Amino acid sequence: MNAFPEALPVKAPRPRRSSLRSWRWGDRLFYVLAWASGLALCLIAGALVLYMLVRGLQYVSPSLIFSRPRAEVNQAQIGGFLDPLLGTLLLVAIGVVLATPVGVASAVWIVEYGQGRVGRRLARVVESSVEIVAGTPDIVIAIFALTLFQLGAFSFLSFTASGGGVYGRSFLTAGAAISLLAIPPVFLATRDGLEALPGHQREGAFALGKTRVATIRRVLLPGVRPNIATGVTLGMGRIIGDTAIVFLLLGVGASERIEPQSGPAGLNVLRGTGSTLTSYIYSNSPAGEGAAPQKAYAAAFVLLAMVLALNAAAGFISGRGRSGRMSFGDRVRYGAWA
Amino acid sequence: MLERLRHPWSDRRAELVLGAVACSVAGAIALMIAFVAVGAWPTFAHNGLSWLGAGGNPETQIGNMLHTGPHPPAVAYHLRAWPLIYGTLLTAGLALVFGLAFALLAAVFLVEFAPAAVRRVLSPVVRLLAGVPSVIYGLLGVLVLAPFVGNHVISPAEKRSVQYVVQLDGTGLAVAVVVLTVMITPIMVALIADALSEVPAAWREGAVALGVNPLRATLAVSLRAIRPAIVAAGAFACARAVGEAVMLAMVSGSDAFSPKPWDGVPFLFEPLLTLAASIFRNAEGLSAPAVRSSVDAFALLLLFSAFVLSLGSYLVKLPLRRHHAGLR
Repeated sequence: MNAFPEALPVKAPRPRRSSLRSWRWGDRLFYVLAWASGLALCLIAGALVLYMLVRGLQYVSPSLIFSRPRAEVNQAQIGGFLDPLLGTLLLVAIGVVLATPVGVASAVWIVEYGQGRVGRRLARVVESSVEIVAGTPDIVIAIFALTLFQLGAFSFLSFTASGGGVYGRSFLTAGAAISLLAIPPVFLATRDGLEALPGHQREGAFALGKTRVATIRRVLLPGVRPNIATGVTLGMGRIIGDTAIVFLLLGVGASERIEPQSGPAGLNVLRGTGSTLTSYIYSNSPAGEGAAPQKAYAAAFVLLAMVLALNAAAGFISGRGRSGRMSFGDRVRYGAWA
Repeated sequence: MLERLRHPWSDRRAELVLGAVACSVAGAIALMIAFVAVGAWPTFAHNGLSWLGAGGNPETQIGNMLHTGPHPPAVAYHLRAWPLIYGTLLTAGLALVFGLAFALLAAVFLVEFAPAAVRRVLSPVVRLLAGVPSVIYGLLGVLVLAPFVGNHVISPAEKRSVQYVVQLDGTGLAVAVVVLTVMITPIMVALIADALSEVPAAWREGAVALGVNPLRATLAVSLRAIRPAIVAAGAFACARAVGEAVMLAMVSGSDAFSPKPWDGVPFLFEPLLTLAASIFRNAEGLSAPAVRSSVDAFALLLLFSAFVLSLGSYLVKLPLRRHHAGLR
């Protein structure tokens, strides 16, 4: 027999597996602890989702979702959470409509225009401001916005109370404040996308005689559309999950109903007060006034389902992006609870 | 008007408009600092630096401010905020210590040791845990963890030992720290794992080639290389923990009582209140000027600490950025 058959598949020598048995005890302990903490994270998340699922299936019913809340002492009569649900959707819409243009415009300016001595310095200032906004606690934003919108000049956003003071609480003011939570993710995703676009796309557009603006509108922005979408989805998640700004700026009343103010149809709701799922959960928990844990669980289940859906959407959209995908760390950091 | 907008913009005009929008974000920050500082001024003017000191229960003191009228006298501003500051430092500090250890282990596991299948599960899990709204964490804390701790962990003897001072019902330091740790750990895991995966593979391979086991290589080479990123992740998570309001308002016991370490085991279960949670709880009394000013002072302190922490995390990361730029 041939000692070296040619047909024998040539295998690369396998690296000798470093056996745990050769490790020191301290190292083994560290290794086990690392496994344990990784699995602990999975367990916590699994327990959280399962528990909420069980509670949700137990308490959620169509009548709860589609009936309006009522202020009653008797728990059986306080109704469902249609108004908070609509309030959440409305607030997300206002927040996204306000935050997206600001975030995208700032990012475009930083990447495409922020040049020259003054420009670069200004760009640095804007970038650090966004970073500070991302790190500012939501409760501080809420206090600031309440002071700002109670100025007489902003009375058109809410309404003037009988004593002459501006109330400062409405969907418009809450939406304006809450949009600050969504600006950092939109800005960051757009900036990273623009910076990752290959230079020849810009050069090609310029060579064809397009102006800078036309290049931005026709070439660059379409190219970073998936990035913008990722940023917006992350921002929506932060808006949905926020409680502090809602609690201070939406004028959560005892009934949790959407209360329109005077004004043309549409605007009257925007100038009026209401509530969201988060504030509804808080008010119905033992920490709030009404102790109705079943309703709090049901609303929390709906809220968690929305957050999970957004989470999945963000993963799906950012997977489709061609370039400049947000890093894992940035996605968690800018999409985390406010 | 609309007709003019539809015409193609000149470059100059686009630059000015976009630049103005970008600078408005910076303007908003400046405005925020100015408003909060102006609002907080009366409190600091009437209390001086002893505002930071101890003395009485700040919640009671704020309660006394409620009916002091539209032009409160100087005495009405009396407040000693130390119990709130202590509560904030205690919860955020403990959560940071536990969370950092937890996050370091989990990040090393995620990047170096996890099999591909586990990794595919773990990174969505981290994203999920970071994205769950704080009010849901608070709800689970107050409806599940706190009753459990109150009924099964605290012994009747411990309850009796402090019953003339404070009621132990489960909400308090331990539950607050546990929930806060779960909330900030995923953020740190993601940031540390990101930095770990950016360490050039050759560095670790070099160490392994010299005969070090993979774990030691990670500890000695990778973790050492990303020390600034670890500090930055801790600072960012700490800023989040300090600013957390809703969850802590729900599970901390909401009593501005400073837990006393010399009480022994009951220390772990004593209620407390943090600065952010106190703002949240006093949202209904904001029409009283004295309350408003005190709350603005809390907000100013929070803003200041968030500012210091984000500045710190930026400065700490500078050498790392320079270093990565050199590598590319």
